[in-house]
Amino acid sequence: MSFYTIKALVLRYLYLYTRTPVRIVELIFWPLVHLLVWGYLTRFLQQNVGDDFPHEITFLIGAVILWDILFRAQQGVAIFFLEDVWSRNLLNIFAAPVTNADYLGSTYAVGMMRAGVTSVMLAGLSALLYSFNVFQLSWALIPFVFNLLIFGWALGMISTALIVRWGPAAETLAWAVPFFIQPFAAVYYPVDYLPTALQWVAKLLPCSYVFEGMRDVLKDGVVNWGELGIATGLNVVYLAAAGVLFVRVMNTAREKGLLTKFASQ
Amino acid sequence: MEPPLLQVRDLTKKFGNVTSVNGVSFDIGDGEILGLLGANGAGKTTAINMVLGIVTPTGGHIEVFGKELMANRIEVLRSMNFCSTYTQLPGNLRVWQNLKVFGQIYRVPNLKARIDEVLEMLEISHLKERVSGELSAGEGTRLNLCKALLNRPRLLLLDEPTASLDPDIADKVRKVVKRIRDEEGTTILYTSHNMRDVEEVCDRVVFMHKGKVLFTGTSEETLHHFEEESLEDVFIRVARSGDIESNRERKEGGS
Repeated sequence: MSFYTIKALVLRYLYLYTRTPVRIVELIFWPLVHLLVWGYLTRFLQQNVGDDFPHEITFLIGAVILWDILFRAQQGVAIFFLEDVWSRNLLNIFAAPVTNADYLGSTYAVGMMRAGVTSVMLAGLSALLYSFNVFQLSWALIPFVFNLLIFGWALGMISTALIVRWGPAAETLAWAVPFFIQPFAAVYYPVDYLPTALQWVAKLLPCSYVFEGMRDVLKDGVVNWGELGIATGLNVVYLAAAGVLFVRVMNTAREKGLLTKFASQ
Repeated sequence: MEPPLLQVRDLTKKFGNVTSVNGVSFDIGDGEILGLLGANGAGKTTAINMVLGIVTPTGGHIEVFGKELMANRIEVLRSMNFCSTYTQLPGNLRVWQNLKVFGQIYRVPNLKARIDEVLEMLEISHLKERVSGELSAGEGTRLNLCKALLNRPRLLLLDEPTASLDPDIADKVRKVVKRIRDEEGTTILYTSHNMRDVEEVCDRVVFMHKGKVLFTGTSEETLHHFEEESLEDVFIRVARSGDIESNRERKEGGS
C-alpha cells in the first residue's frame, strides 16, 4: 500500500467535489432531511405520548447520526468506484501502478471524510434544533464510530464487488445494500422487538451492537464493552471476508474482461 | 544482442468459447515503434489490455523490461503508460487537475514543470485551466496523450490515438510520437486503423486477423509478402478474405 498513491486518488475525489458543488447536496441534503423528519417526530412523541414513554426517545436522533456514519462510509467506497465508471476513467486507474490495497485505502479515506462531514453537520444541527448532545455518548462514541466506519467499508467493498461482477445494471446496489440490512440492524428499535429468527440475523450484524449500545448509554449511561467487543470481532470477520471477495471479484473481472466492458459502456 | 523490451509469447485469451487472441507472439526492441494492425475484432485491444494487466491471459506469457508482467505488474507499470481512444479523464476536473492526479500516481518528479512540458508538446497549453469535459474530441485525445507521456514511459501503448482527430491534429500527434521516440527513446506499441499513421510512424507491423498473427515485418516486407501496393490494400484484403495465406497459395498455384 502506497500512501503517495492513496493521496493522489483522494486528491482526485476532492477536486471532483470542489469542482461540482451540486455533489455536496448529496452529502448535506439527505442527511439533513432524515434529521429533520426523525427530530420533529421525536419532539412530537416526547410532547404527546405521556410520562410513561421513555425520555430516551432522543435515541432516534442519535440513530440518524450514527446510521449516517455507516451509510457515508459505505458510499465512500461504492461511489468512488462508480465515479470512475461514469467518467470512463476506470482503465486509466487500473492500468496505472495502483494496487487493490491502494484503491481500497483511498476509498476508506474518502468514506471517512464523507462520514466526518455529515456527522459533524448532523451533530451540530441536532444540538441546535433538538438539544441532543451526541457527546452524551461520552467515550463510547469512539468505538461506536470506529465500528460503524469499519462495517460501512466492508459493505462498500461488497457493494462494489457485486457491481463489478454483475455489471453497470447493478449500480443501484451502491445505494441499496445498506438498506438491505437496515431492518435487522436495530437502528431505530431494539433487537428484542424482532422475531426470534431475525434476532439471530441482527446478532450477526456488528452495527446492531452499536445501536443497542447507544440506547443503553442514553438510557442508563452504561457502556456495554463486551458487546462492543463482539461488534469489533464481527467487523474483523466482515472486513476480511469483504476484502477477499473484492480481490477475487477483481481477479475474475480481469479474467473475464469485465473492467474493459465497464470502460466501453 | 539487447533483449526485447516487450516480449509476448503464445499469448492466448479465451472468453468462454470465443478465442479473442490465439497464440500471438511478438517482440518490441528498445526504442522501436511496432504497429499492431487488424480489423475490428482482430484481437489488438485485447492483446494491449493483457500487456497492461487489465485482462489476464488464458495462456502464454508477457515479459516487460525482462520481467514477467503479472508477477511484477506494479513495478513494470510505473515505467509504462497508455492512451486509448476508449478512455477519458474525469470530465469534471480541470486539465491541470487531471494531470496532477495522474502525475502523482506515477510519481513524476518536478510535476508542475512536466505538466507544462507535455501540454506544450501537444500544443494545448492554452487549455490548462479548462474543464476536461468541455474539450473537443481532438483536444480530449491530446489530453489523454499528455497523461500517457507524463511519466516519460519506457514503454508506451497507444490504442488508436488518432481515431477522433482531424488530419491536421493527427499529423501533429504522429510527429509527437516520433519525437518522443527519437528524443526520449520511448518504445511504442501502436494500434491504428489509419494505415497512413502506420506507414509514417511504425518501424515494423504485426498484422492480426481473428486473434492470430498473420505476418510480422516492416511495411515493405508486409507489402511484398501480401503482394499489395499499400498497407491499406493489405488491410482491406485481410479484413475481407480472412484467409490471406490460402488466397496467396491459390494465386501462386494458379500462376
